[in-house]
Amino acid sequence: MVKITFDGIEVEVEEGTTILQAARKIGGDVVPPAMCFYTPLKGSGGKCRVCLVKVAQGSAKDPRPMPKLVASCITQVQDGMVVENTTNEDVLNARKGIVEMLLINHPLDCPVCDQAGECDLQNLSYEHGVSATRYEEERRTFNKVDLGPYIQLHMTRCILCYRCVYTADQIAENRVHGVLGRGDAAEIGTYIENVIDNEFSGNVIDVCPVGALTDKTWRFKNRVWFTKPMDAHRDCPTCSGKVTLWTRGEEVLRVTARKDQYAEVEEFICNTCRFDKKEVKDWTIEGPRHIDRGSVISANHYELPVVNVPIVPNLPVSTKKNLPQE
Amino acid sequence: MGLKILTEHINVPGIETLEVYRKHGGYKSVEKALKTMSPDEVVEEVKTSGLRGRGGAGFPTGMKWSFLAKPEGVPRYLVCNADESEPGTFKDRWFMEKNPHALVEGMITSSYALGANTSYIYIRGELLFVLRILEKAIAEAYAAGLLGKNILGSGYDLDLHVAPGGGAYICGEETALLESLEGKRGNPRNKPPFPAVKGLFQCPTVVNNVETIASVPWIVNNTGAEYAKVGVGRSTGTKLISASGNINNPGVFEIELGVPVEEFIYSDQYCGGIWNGKQLKAVVPGGSSVPILPANLILKTAAGEDRLMTYESLSDGGFVSGSMLGSGAFIVFDEDQCIVRNTWNYARFYHHESCGQCSPCREGTGWMEKVLHRIEYGHGHQQDIDLLVSVAKQIEGNTICPLGDAAAWPVASAVRHFRDEFEWHIKHPKEATAPGAVYRGQLDAVTA
Repeated sequence: MVKITFDGIEVEVEEGTTILQAARKIGGDVVPPAMCFYTPLKGSGGKCRVCLVKVAQGSAKDPRPMPKLVASCITQVQDGMVVENTTNEDVLNARKGIVEMLLINHPLDCPVCDQAGECDLQNLSYEHGVSATRYEEERRTFNKVDLGPYIQLHMTRCILCYRCVYTADQIAENRVHGVLGRGDAAEIGTYIENVIDNEFSGNVIDVCPVGALTDKTWRFKNRVWFTKPMDAHRDCPTCSGKVTLWTRGEEVLRVTARKDQYAEVEEFICNTCRFDKKEVKDWTIEGPRHIDRGSVISANHYELPVVNVPIVPNLPVSTKKNLPQE
Repeated sequence: MGLKILTEHINVPGIETLEVYRKHGGYKSVEKALKTMSPDEVVEEVKTSGLRGRGGAGFPTGMKWSFLAKPEGVPRYLVCNADESEPGTFKDRWFMEKNPHALVEGMITSSYALGANTSYIYIRGELLFVLRILEKAIAEAYAAGLLGKNILGSGYDLDLHVAPGGGAYICGEETALLESLEGKRGNPRNKPPFPAVKGLFQCPTVVNNVETIASVPWIVNNTGAEYAKVGVGRSTGTKLISASGNINNPGVFEIELGVPVEEFIYSDQYCGGIWNGKQLKAVVPGGSSVPILPANLILKTAAGEDRLMTYESLSDGGFVSGSMLGSGAFIVFDEDQCIVRNTWNYARFYHHESCGQCSPCREGTGWMEKVLHRIEYGHGHQQDIDLLVSVAKQIEGNTICPLGDAAAWPVASAVRHFRDEFEWHIKHPKEATAPGAVYRGQLDAVTA
């Protein structure tokens, strides 16, 4: 076990843990955001650079600070390491700069984007973005591409986190999509117009931090915040069958894997569960899903029983006096 | 002219053949190292020599070699980085083309020192003709028993392969090079682990520049202490400089490190002065990625000392008033060259060559290019200058590999030293976009 100090909070973690995972052990507001790192995917991380932190002391043995900001998702902790995230001005400025970079070519079409309300980039730009853009040039755009009958790729929104590539590599078999081109002309693509046809291909939608990969059975059906997430399961021969149903009334609008606090899926699910089982009778409902990640849903707290409480709890006496008397 | 370590026999006719090369003392270091020295002794010699990486970063080679992890039963690799693609740099191409056996000899001696039984020369894809020259030289070496099994009866085996890249600048970055060599997309890896621990095929690997490896035979033959006598301070030995731009005598020069910059530009031995008797405006002393310096700062440091062609002297003053020796691509600008246009040209290169893996570099390089394009073509605004500085700062240091820094430095330094020229471009778009128009205000400041 090694001990590190993260934003002034001491935490003990196992050797080989990354700074980000150590911060997640603390939890709360000090955790650096992560757009490309995804715990279940080996090799992910280090690309988006929003998780940059300052290592003010390398280790107890070698107390020199690291010269550059480091990506916390791929840097392993050392005993006695001192890390600064929200307490360091440079880190916050660098993060602001990187969020700006991520947004200059992003279409900001949140009003028509299916991801809106549970989008990591949206949350990130609320927290670290600036209100105005300094980018005057034309934004990079791509045509929408259908990757088979279930998935649509809208490359214009993509931030090239590579998560879907790793998913196709590690979760599914026979990866047919990857990154083509280089620099800001790089794009996710199936060379050429290939169809992603695989029982686990739908997971690329779940891992996408933005609205670049969307579920065609759900596109434009509804907004996230109008739907109710319910934990449900079924006996599935290919996957665990443990999912979250997003329902409105008796209608199952969408099926996704269960995601934790950091929007990482607990268990990957198969395409049959995700795309074909769209009726309540297909599922055993366990109860409402508690969403504690950055999502508009978590603002609702609908799962708490609604008790009879006054809408304005402590109405000042003076106001009451002025109410019309019966 | 000074001592010639790399280029002594380079103009001998037929030096590219094994026969002539051996006649001029070739492959002596292989015999000496394999028969009389242990691998550690060779590493020690290189350490004593103070040889520093000639690819740009200038990291001490002996130290790099001693960092190589040596776990039991795991092969080690030596990879020669011949993916020379920095704008302004052409020394490795010229050297390999002229004297391929010198590189092959260096590879054998260095591989022996590192205990590598398979080594690779990763060559830039555009240099296909050089690849053929190297392959011919390697075939000759195999036939003479200098490569393959049991080299010169010493019991040491080495296979040497030449692998061409696809012509991407990013594959000159060592981890991207290894990815590319493994047959994958040339994306730089996250570090750590460094190649010395997990490199090619996840095995310990050393990646060295062509010139670094070609310097090793001389060090083995003449001892590291002898090599350390050449040069100034921690910049030992000789260096190939690719001189280009507005000079009378462009080309590759081998210099002893420590030649004054002024002498290098104006002496007939080297660049031979600025062409047509024009005035010197600026110099990029180490390839397009290092900061540009105006005439007054390249000849003298901020403290008023003469600047020398050494790693230390050129970086004297940090990035405020200094630059870097880099890969030794010495690009000279005369008074008629437009710094804005040149900066835009560099930015365009880095925009094109960014791998697109990490966000600051992918988005930032394109952004800088577009802003510079706007200024150059007379559509800039006053706030664009600060925008450029700010974008460069957002990229610098926040990326996976040094390409982000390499893209940010030339832009930031051009604005730092030639701000008035940028301002002139923005204030007078009509004059600035006229054919052949150049801002000359800076020159008065230089001569005054």
